[in-house]
Amino acid sequence: METPLTRFIRPNEESLLLSEYEKRGGYTAVRKALKGFAPEEVTNLVKDSTLAGRGGAGFPTGLKWSFVPMGDDAPRPKYFVVNADEMEPGTFKDRMLLEGDQHQLIEGIIIGAYAVQAEVAYIFLRAHYNLTELRMKRAIQEAYDAGYLGKNILGTGYNLDLHLHVSAGRYICGEETALLNSLEGKRAVPRAKPPFPQLSGLFGRPTVVNNVETVCNIPHIIEHGAEWYKGLSNSSHGGTKIYGVSGRAQRPGWWELPLGTTAREIIEEHAGGMLPGHTLRGMLPGGGSTDFLTTEHLDVKLDFESVPAAGSRFGTGTMIILDDKTCPVGFVYNLLKFYARESCGWCTPCREGLPWIARMVKSIEDGNGEMGDLDILAQQTRSLGPGKTFCAHAPGAMEPLQSALKYFKDDFVSHITGKRCPWRG
Amino acid sequence: MLSEREKTDIDAEIAGAPKKRMTTIEALRIVQRERGWVSDEAIKDIAEYLEMTPDEVDSVATFYNMIFRKPVGKHVIFVCESISCWVTGYEGVREHLQNKLGIGPGETTSDGMFTLLPVDCLGACDRGPTMVVDEELHGNLNPESIDKILDEIKREG
Repeated sequence: METPLTRFIRPNEESLLLSEYEKRGGYTAVRKALKGFAPEEVTNLVKDSTLAGRGGAGFPTGLKWSFVPMGDDAPRPKYFVVNADEMEPGTFKDRMLLEGDQHQLIEGIIIGAYAVQAEVAYIFLRAHYNLTELRMKRAIQEAYDAGYLGKNILGTGYNLDLHLHVSAGRYICGEETALLNSLEGKRAVPRAKPPFPQLSGLFGRPTVVNNVETVCNIPHIIEHGAEWYKGLSNSSHGGTKIYGVSGRAQRPGWWELPLGTTAREIIEEHAGGMLPGHTLRGMLPGGGSTDFLTTEHLDVKLDFESVPAAGSRFGTGTMIILDDKTCPVGFVYNLLKFYARESCGWCTPCREGLPWIARMVKSIEDGNGEMGDLDILAQQTRSLGPGKTFCAHAPGAMEPLQSALKYFKDDFVSHITGKRCPWRG
Repeated sequence: MLSEREKTDIDAEIAGAPKKRMTTIEALRIVQRERGWVSDEAIKDIAEYLEMTPDEVDSVATFYNMIFRKPVGKHVIFVCESISCWVTGYEGVREHLQNKLGIGPGETTSDGMFTLLPVDCLGACDRGPTMVVDEELHGNLNPESIDKILDEIKREG
């Protein structure tokens, strides 16, 4: 089984310096793309590869790029931005790629930026990823020194500057238009779409925003082609996926596996099953803002089609496990408290609604709930659902709640009738 | 007044930015690095330097979790309270930290050494429960490992 994204990653060791990365074949994809392909050919190759965005939304990457205005009369400068604001609860895949192999990401950035003919690129890095900050600064400098960044890259006449922006911390920065406001030095409130960033992004100029894992795929697609890339997958979209498991499993961790690996294989084989004395009850398949799946869904392939068909979202591909020793109401309350606090405050339903809902779930968890609360909560999951708020923040927050009310309703009821949390003494 | 060092570092950010005000967050981070937190005075200093109003700068400063508008201790303990760390023992970790330090969330010890801040997902969910102290990530926390980490920091001062 091929693991292109993690081939050079050695956990708990130094990441590769540029010279070591080159020795192992690194930066050949940049040479190939910039010298052998026209920008539109790169975009078409990525389209053909069926690479879909790994940040959570799953939008086809090549298609995203193809919306950027090209040619001499395109507005300039154009920007290529990497979303490294990994703050989705339960998600830790980009950290590993960022800490483990900086030059893979930089190589992907150069090729992606070349495809849309961007002059300037940014990495928007979340707060607290200090090791990444340190290593990425070093790697960017190395890439400049080697002539992969800056003016006239590899003598092709193509120019690209790459900057690292370290966030001051706020979950909503991961929303691509909020991220652009933050990069402009403003409050990170989302923007209205349309216009989409590809037409009007950073400072109103054409901008592509791609997730870290997405960008890391690009050099491999250039090097080995679309057919090879599609062959890596067990799904209708190409490539491998960084899957992860957190919670009370034997071996929480991450694994690079074919896209379309089942939840069962990931939990039972790779994570080694549950800790002794713990039984699996459910999982959020792709981070905190995805609907619960349960033990009946273990054979669902974790990919862009199968997870929605099972009633959830693929999201970031990093699973959070709910076990039988953990209270599902407390679990959902923890998530709601997070989303309530991280609401940017721009639109009223999200700003006012999320804390209100969180308080109601807390009162149930504390044994002060009433049966009527369950109907109100169910109704509110619709009031804050897709299309009712300015961005996807509140609808995302409703996903674990609405699915918990479906699969773990008995547990909500037992809190209310017993007037206490059965999981607390 | 911004110090010469603060000015030099902010200038370096401005040099790489298409617009001065794009560097608001960088400027706040630089000033916080130098002074430990961002006072009203610092907001005015930054505003003047970036040709913005103090309210504009403050609206940015108050939006971001990692900009401190109140003084914090010498070492800030960021303890992850998000879902994976909560499942794997966050509440016990927080309780132990509170008992050991004698402070609640958001508070600073009387000797000014430690501030305890529960924070959003630290992105190390496979190593929960986790915390970050002085830019270093610590995972798989238990009372013993927490004691060891804090004692080490105290020894170093």
